[in-house]
Parts: sequence; C-alpha cells; structure tokens
Amino acid sequence: MQVHKYDVIIVGAGGAGMRAAIEAGQNARTAVLTKLYPTRSHTGAAQGGMCAALANVEEDNWEWHTFDTVKGGDYLVDQDAAEVMAKEAIDAVIDLEKMGLPFNRTPEGRIDQRRFGGHTRDHGKAPVRRSCYAADRTGHMILQTLYQNCVKHNVEFYNEYYVLDLLTVEEDATRADGTPYKQKRIAGVVSYDLATGELHVFQAKSVILATGGAGKVFKTTSNAHTLTGDGMGIAFRRGIPLEDMEFFQFHPTGLAGLGILLSEAARGEGAILRNSDGERFMERYAPTIKDLAPRDIVARSMANEVREGRGCGPNKDYVLLDLTHLEPAHIDAKLPDITEFARTYLGVEPYTEPVPVFPTAHYAMGGVPTNIGAEVLQDNDTIIPGLYAAGEVACVSVHGSNRLGTNSLLDINVFGKRAGVAAAQYAKTAEFVDLPENPEAATAALLDHVRTSDGGEKVAAIRKDLQDTMDANMQVFRTAESIDRVLADIATFEERYSRITVQDKGKRFNLDLLEAVELGFLLELAKVMTVAALHRQESRGGHFREDFPDRDDVNFMKHSMAYKDSGVTAESSQEHIAGIRLETKPVVVTRYEPMVRKY
Amino acid sequence: MSPIETAETAPEPASKIELPAHMGGGGEIPTFDVTLRVRRYDPEFSEDSTWEDFTMTMYGTDRVLDALHKVKWEQDGSLSFRRSCAHGVCGSDAMRINGRNRLACKTLLKDLDTSKPITVEPIKGLPVEKDLIVDMEPFFQSYREIMPFLINRGHEPSKERLQSAEERERFDDTTKCILCAACTSSCPVFWTDGQYFGPAAIVNAHRFIFDSRDDAGDMRLEILNDKEGVWRCRTTFNCTEACPRGIQVTQAIAEVKQAILARQV
Repeated sequence: MQVHKYDVIIVGAGGAGMRAAIEAGQNARTAVLTKLYPTRSHTGAAQGGMCAALANVEEDNWEWHTFDTVKGGDYLVDQDAAEVMAKEAIDAVIDLEKMGLPFNRTPEGRIDQRRFGGHTRDHGKAPVRRSCYAADRTGHMILQTLYQNCVKHNVEFYNEYYVLDLLTVEEDATRADGTPYKQKRIAGVVSYDLATGELHVFQAKSVILATGGAGKVFKTTSNAHTLTGDGMGIAFRRGIPLEDMEFFQFHPTGLAGLGILLSEAARGEGAILRNSDGERFMERYAPTIKDLAPRDIVARSMANEVREGRGCGPNKDYVLLDLTHLEPAHIDAKLPDITEFARTYLGVEPYTEPVPVFPTAHYAMGGVPTNIGAEVLQDNDTIIPGLYAAGEVACVSVHGSNRLGTNSLLDINVFGKRAGVAAAQYAKTAEFVDLPENPEAATAALLDHVRTSDGGEKVAAIRKDLQDTMDANMQVFRTAESIDRVLADIATFEERYSRITVQDKGKRFNLDLLEAVELGFLLELAKVMTVAALHRQESRGGHFREDFPDRDDVNFMKHSMAYKDSGVTAESSQEHIAGIRLETKPVVVTRYEPMVRKY
Repeated sequence: MSPIETAETAPEPASKIELPAHMGGGGEIPTFDVTLRVRRYDPEFSEDSTWEDFTMTMYGTDRVLDALHKVKWEQDGSLSFRRSCAHGVCGSDAMRINGRNRLACKTLLKDLDTSKPITVEPIKGLPVEKDLIVDMEPFFQSYREIMPFLINRGHEPSKERLQSAEERERFDDTTKCILCAACTSSCPVFWTDGQYFGPAAIVNAHRFIFDSRDDAGDMRLEILNDKEGVWRCRTTFNCTEACPRGIQVTQAIAEVKQAILARQV
C-alpha cells in the first residue's frame, strides 16, 4: 500500500471536479482522482445549455432565474442557494468563455441564448431565451474546456483510481448551547488503482467529492454505466447523511426502449410531443408553456398518455417527439447530435418522421448535504471541516424536488468553483489530520469479501433485477404498494449479494470486481431512495405518489435526511426498515412563499 | 448563409395531425445469433494473446457493446474493456471491429455481417494492457504537447469576447473531438512511428489555431512543423474514416499544413 499526501484531493473529474481543480490547483497542492479518464465523465453527455441571465437577446435578470428555479423545484429549493446560483451564473458563463468555450453566437458576436423548459420571463409570463449553448453538445464543450484548462494549469490526475472509502475521525466537541457531540473531520481517502489492483491512501487537508450521480439504480436511464453513486455511497457508509434522495428526475425525452437522452433543446427549438392520435397533448396539461413545462410535469403527462391508451408503437408504450415542422437547416444548425442519435440507434429520420420517446431516469436531485459554501454537513447544520461536495453528488439544495433543464451545468460550474476556492483556502491554514491506524483496512476487507465470496450469484443478474423493479415501481408514478414491493425485493437482493461470485480473480484491470463493489453502492442507495419515498406521503416535483396526489406544505415542506444507523430496527422504524434513520431539515425560504405550481 | 427560422419566427405547429398508420410503430424487434471473436490477452496469466469465440442471441437494436456486455455479464466476467456513456460521446470504447476502428457503442450488430464471426481487437499502436484495454498515456501525451488550451494575450474584457458566427464556424468541426483515439490508432504512420503526434493531436491544435480568439497559433504551428509533426501525414484518410464524430480529420491536417506554408512565405 502506498500513502500520498496532498493539500487538496478532488474525487471525480467531471465538470464539478475539474472546475474545482482549476481553482484549487493554482493555490494548493492538488490531485484529482477519477475512476475514468478525465474527458470520459458524463458531463460530456449534457446537451442543451447552461442558463444565465445575460440578457444578450432579450430582457432578463437573475431574480427571474431564481424564481424559476424555486418554482421549478416545487418550493423544496433552498432559496438562498438558488439566489447564489442565479447571480453567479453570469460570471460562470463568462469564465467559461474566457477559458475558450466555443459558444454559439448572435449576429452581433455575443453569446447566443435559447429557450429551455421552466425558464420564463417575469415570473412565468412566457418562455425566455436564457440558455447559453454550443449546438447540442454544451456539456461536451464544457468538459473539454475544463480539461484543457486543467492541462494549462498542470493539474495532477490519477486516472482509473476508484475512491472506495472516506477517512474520517471523530472528536468530542461541544455546541454553543453546551451540548456535547461528535465532530467529524476529514483525513483523506482510500483508492483502488484499476491497473494494478493496489490500494493507495491519499492523506489530505481538504477533500472534494465530485463523483456525479447514481442513475444506474434504474434500467431506463440516460446515465453512463459508470454512474453508480460511489461518492454518495462512501459518504453514507461513514455516517454522513443523504438529503432528499426520494427525488429523482425522469427526463421526458429518452429514445424509446434505450433511454439515450434527446435534449430538451429540441423542444426549446420548437419540437413538440404528440400521442397516438397525433394530438399535441401538452396543451391540455400546461396550457401556457405547453411542451416547455418543467420535466417532472412533461414526464408524468407522457406516462399518463401511455397509461390511458394513447401510446404509440406495437406495444403502445411511448409517445412521439415531432420535429417535422422545423426546417432541416434549423435542425442541422442547432440539434445535430441528437438527430444523429435518432438515426443511429432507432433508424428514424427526424426531418420527416417523429421520434419515439419515453421518460428516462436522468438526475438525482438529492445527495450529500452541503451549505452554500459547498461544505459538507454531518447533520442539519454542523459542517465537516475540510470536506466539500459539488455537482450531482451534492444537495445544496438548488434543485429542490425537480431540477430545471440547464441548471446542472450551472450547478457544477458555480459550486465546483466555490468548492475549489474554499478547499484551497482551508488547506492554507489547516493541519493534516492523523490517519487512523490501518486506514485501508475496511476497503481491503470489502474487496477480499467480494473476491473470495463463492455463492454463485451473478452481479449482473442482481443488478438487472434491481433496475427492473426500480423502473416498474419507483418511476414517475409511485404508491405505498409499489414502494413496498421494491423494499421487499431489495431485501432479497441484499441476501443474494452476500452470495455473489466474481469470476475474474486477477489483479490487473479487474472491472468484474469493481462492478460488484459498485452494485453494493447501488443497492444501498436504491434502499435510501425507496425508504425516503415511502416516508414522503405527498406529491412534489419528481416524487409523485398516486395515493397522496397533492403537495402537502404543512407536513412535508422540508428536506429529508437519511442516516445509516445500525441502531434502527425494523420494529423501531416507522417504515419498518432496519438500518436507516430518517430525519428532516427545514427549507430556507427568503423571497418566495409557496404558491400553486401551474404553467 | 441564409437566415434560419428560430423558435420565435417558425409557425406554431398544428394541435392535431393525422399520423400515417405505420408511424411510431414497427413490428417485433428481430433477434439473431452472433459470434464475437475477441482478442484476449492477460499478461498476469500468459504472455500470449489468443482469439476466443463467444456466441449469443441478440436483438436488432443491439450494438457491439451490448454483445460484449452479454459476454462479460453472462459468460466470462474476466473479459475486460472500457466503456462509460454507451452512446458515442465519452470516447471510452474505441476498438477494432472487423478490422476497422469504431466505437463499440455506436456500431449496431445488424449493420455488420452476422453470418460470420465479428472480430474485436484492441486499437493498434498503443501498448495492450489486458484484452481490449490499451495504455492511453502516449496518446494523451501528444495531445498535451500541442498546448490544447486558449491562449489570449490581450486585455481580459469584463464581458465575453466577441466572435462572429462565421469565425465560430471556422473551427466548429474540430471542436467535436472526444479523444477516443480511433483516428490516431488507425494511422499507418503512427503504427510504425509512435513519436508521430498523430491525427487527434493535430485536430486539437487545429481547434485553437483557427479560433479567432487565440493568439498562440504560431507556437502551435512551430510545434507541428517538427519532423514528427504534420509532414509525416501520408493522406491515407484512415483517420477520417475512423472518426466516430464525422470530423474531416485529413482536411484539418491539410489546413494546418497550408497554414505552416503560408506562414513561411
């Protein structure tokens, strides 16, 4: 085992991690650990744009953007955080332009902007052109530009290093009111080098989690195979809570049957949804902004059309995205990649034929709780000094119960930068925390167990069964009954997981072994999502309970906080699930009192 | 360029249209049997590489990556390959499929001849680590050497720099690169001379040389005027054929050559 020492360790090399690295790398000794190569991260798959109230093409301001974000998140957004994000959005876009990002331009040579779902002029009056974009590969351009600037600043990368544990210590401390508590501190991380199978311990003053999402708990997903929630998983296992995990976004327009994303930019540029009657059904569900309503509303409307028998295709299980009224030249200029996806994967020509689409699991609104300084919280308000999180792994919460399109590319830039600046600043004055004895012991034991277990169960079979039940029971419509089915299923998966066999017994590039470890994270996170969904007896944003179809601000306008707690038994748990303790955290309300959410 | 209709000026689409009867519905998705013939290598157990056949039933919408997953997940968990996004944007799974460099996630099985085994090998010219995994470090080293970042010596404006749509269009093609190495590892010059920068590094130099905001074009042209630079290119077009993003790679290399010559005049 090797031990390395850095001021700042960044876990993950997507947009948030590399944006942080550009800041931290210039001010402190920094290394980025990534389980992939830097330009492989899923930020690169983002398409439509990054919203900022530049007002380059029409009147706009950050306050309207803040309001849209709060309303889009169905009032579960922390409004102070949304305000920070909307204000700093403008500089975030300008920063990227200065770094070299090739935005599309207006005839005057300024950054062009286009419409996007839920982004409106003057508090919902009409769609507004707020999204800054580079064709339909904005995420690709952001990822490339950030990597280019990491190269420029000589940021050190450890490629294909899987971080499998957070090293924390606990100290006795006393609160202002005199009550004693255990204060966590970060000491470093443990990682597994894919090339050699060796463990490496990285001691660090600051650690930034930027590991992205966990979409692989679902079968139909726009997420990469590698989005297995590792960062959320390791934090949870070390007693750090996970916030609002019941809220998962289903993007309306995944390619039917495949889940591959077709950007909302298609609808921003004028495409519309139709059912088997050829009807533009969004006129019924959101009369004002129609197909540009927020994603949760559009996804539910689509699923409802299918459920009521107006789906298309041999199994009537999808609807159609119609671009045929748009000029081919317009499609080629603004949406080249996604129309190519339709041609390559479904053999459909979007110039002349509507494209089969259905909602696809896309984004975790929840994650590791942080404050607006990107500092990770060990409870509702106690920070863990030196530990930061940004991007999809984190929950600030700027997305509340439903993220608006483009706000994730914004989130990674605003809070990635904040995390990088703060981590380097903290490292300037902080001392290294002593590593615990045998820091790698827990990880070594986990890997040994996975490597030597020989019960014959296949990792891929358990993962498929998990994804099937999550798609069937935890997608856009949920009930107590469907959620209970998932919980019962997960109990059997956990038992099977204890009896897995990994075939590859080698040390080098053993991805078979890592897939087994990743499945452990997926199972744990699926359970947290499901328990939190059972507890939330209301419908809000991405979480829709058919047995509780209304939003209930009196009882549920609060964040959920899930803790791993071996003291919780099935008998003591309200949800009858052992090992998870559910608490709540107040929502920060500044300007906007909750209103009925109509579009 | 003729003006393009925007969402604001386009006519509002009809609330209801007649869909042709066939629309939005094909029949059943066909299934077929395929054999993958995969180049296996694991120096931990043997210094020799061997071919191994795997046969399975697949669907009409499946890609080579789906077949590789089926092998790994159901038949032989030790089969090793990189992949992530699975739809052609991350660049992890470039490999040699039936002798051509392609992304496994963008190659549909139905578009290959499935009556014969489909050969799958690692990309050439980079050291093989295990099965389909190669050492990407030499590839990224060449990329870093061309200074792949915007260098601007002027005053930092407080707002964005201006760039006309035409100036932006000038380097659009080479911004699409995903660094998958399909082009570089398809190049016969690169196979015999690992010192050659290779097409991908030149493509990324092109992306900055022709960006109106960049001031370091001369430095990059100097780097590529090296004996291991653009002049090694023999214009065989392998790179252009291999590029999964449709970048006109050979043309980009030619434009860099012309820029060097124009500078020397």
